[in-house]
Amino acid sequence: MTTLIEARGLRKKFGSIQAVDGIDLTVSAGEVLGFLGPNGAGKSTTMRMLTGFLEADCGSVQLAGVALDVDPLEARRRMGYLPEGAPAYPDMTVRDFLMFVAQARGFLGAEARRRVDDAIQRIHLHQVVGQTIETLSKGFKRRVGLAQAILHDPPVLILDEPTDGLDPNQKHEVRNLISEMSASHGKAIVLSTHILEEVEAVCTRAVIINKGKVVVDETPERLVAMAPERSGGSALDSVFRSVTSGDLEEVGQ
Amino acid sequence: MRRVSIVFRREFSGYFATPLAAIFLVVFLFLASMFAFNIGGFFDRGQADLRPFFQFHPWLYLFLVPAISMRLWAEERRTGTIELIATLPLTMQDLVLGKFFAAWAFSGLALLLTVPMWWTVSFLGEPDHGVIVCSYLASWLTAGAFLAIGSAISSLTKNQVVAFVLCAAACFLLLLSGFSVVLDFFRGWAPNMVVEGLSAIGVLTHFESMIRGVIDLRDVLYFASLIVAFLVINTAVIDWRKAA
Repeated sequence: MTTLIEARGLRKKFGSIQAVDGIDLTVSAGEVLGFLGPNGAGKSTTMRMLTGFLEADCGSVQLAGVALDVDPLEARRRMGYLPEGAPAYPDMTVRDFLMFVAQARGFLGAEARRRVDDAIQRIHLHQVVGQTIETLSKGFKRRVGLAQAILHDPPVLILDEPTDGLDPNQKHEVRNLISEMSASHGKAIVLSTHILEEVEAVCTRAVIINKGKVVVDETPERLVAMAPERSGGSALDSVFRSVTSGDLEEVGQ
Repeated sequence: MRRVSIVFRREFSGYFATPLAAIFLVVFLFLASMFAFNIGGFFDRGQADLRPFFQFHPWLYLFLVPAISMRLWAEERRTGTIELIATLPLTMQDLVLGKFFAAWAFSGLALLLTVPMWWTVSFLGEPDHGVIVCSYLASWLTAGAFLAIGSAISSLTKNQVVAFVLCAAACFLLLLSGFSVVLDFFRGWAPNMVVEGLSAIGVLTHFESMIRGVIDLRDVLYFASLIVAFLVINTAVIDWRKAA
């Protein structure tokens, strides 16, 4: 399978804090990589480096064969990104906002309209297209963010907490959309989440990071099998706790 | 250029999505004419010209321009949309230029709405139209220079109030450094070169010479280089600390 995302030795320091400490990631077409870790583990920082929003202190990123530092514009064309919190311009209507993103992505006139209509249909945004974004519920805002990330049909998708704030029905819908895009459209998708069941539901691989380092890189099935027998809660929960709890103990003391 | 124009259109229409545009235009027109009629003695002078109207523009811009420029980047940082636009296939230059030109065009629109003043003097007498065109250019260039400064300052913070205050202070200093009170203060003891230098970087020196109706290339270059310099700083700041 073709490798669509390749990150080598990413490091990032903020002041004296080593937020990301040497992360390697390879994601192939058709893979959905679930990115897990406690708050502050470096998930968002890593995703920001994958998208080029943050410059890594060292390391390299290739998106669909284009090195981010060599041709940043071309690399960004091949990627869709939902930033943390799904930021969007509050005064714009959903349609105007999506049109702006479509035009910024180089689509003109009728083609831009077609792309926007298509995204609106896939994410089920019909009922809110004329509303300004500030009047939307959290769930709809998140979906607008998803719509702008997929409207150019990129081979690479990087989604920072795509289902955060959605109700169970909407979560289910978004997960179906993600599975469909990876399976039948052959995209490489990285998504971060706090919901462990989501990893079992949509991801083909789970990466857990802690203190800026990858501590687990497994399929969800293997991850479940790794679970210690003892604990209550789901198997994934206990694996997550056991590989990241060092952190919690330190904080507790 | 196409990418700049996409950013430009979004920004420019953004002014009209909120009451900001209407409020700004009304306040500008009201204050500009109030200064001209009440303080400038527009009618008492008995001269058909717009000097009493234009001479207060830099002072008006002192607090009206920061009101436009403060949100340019601070707002993007606060709402996180900077992360969105910085990861679209647009360069920082596209974004900086698109935003600046939108703001500058907006201030140009405000100026354009003062054209009835021009009709008035043409009706009352025989004004020198060349001088008036020149004055409009001077006023617009001053607004542009202040906007570029404001945009650069806005890129440093996510707090709009901080951006407003710092921009107003920076423009005030730039305005004052050409003022005779300040120059006299230095004239007593500072070397001549310092006094000359201060007067050369002052906005007023260049503004005054332009509204007299003389388009001196040096004046135009002065404003152009202020704009370019601060937009370059703006781009560098945004590139340097996008996430901050």
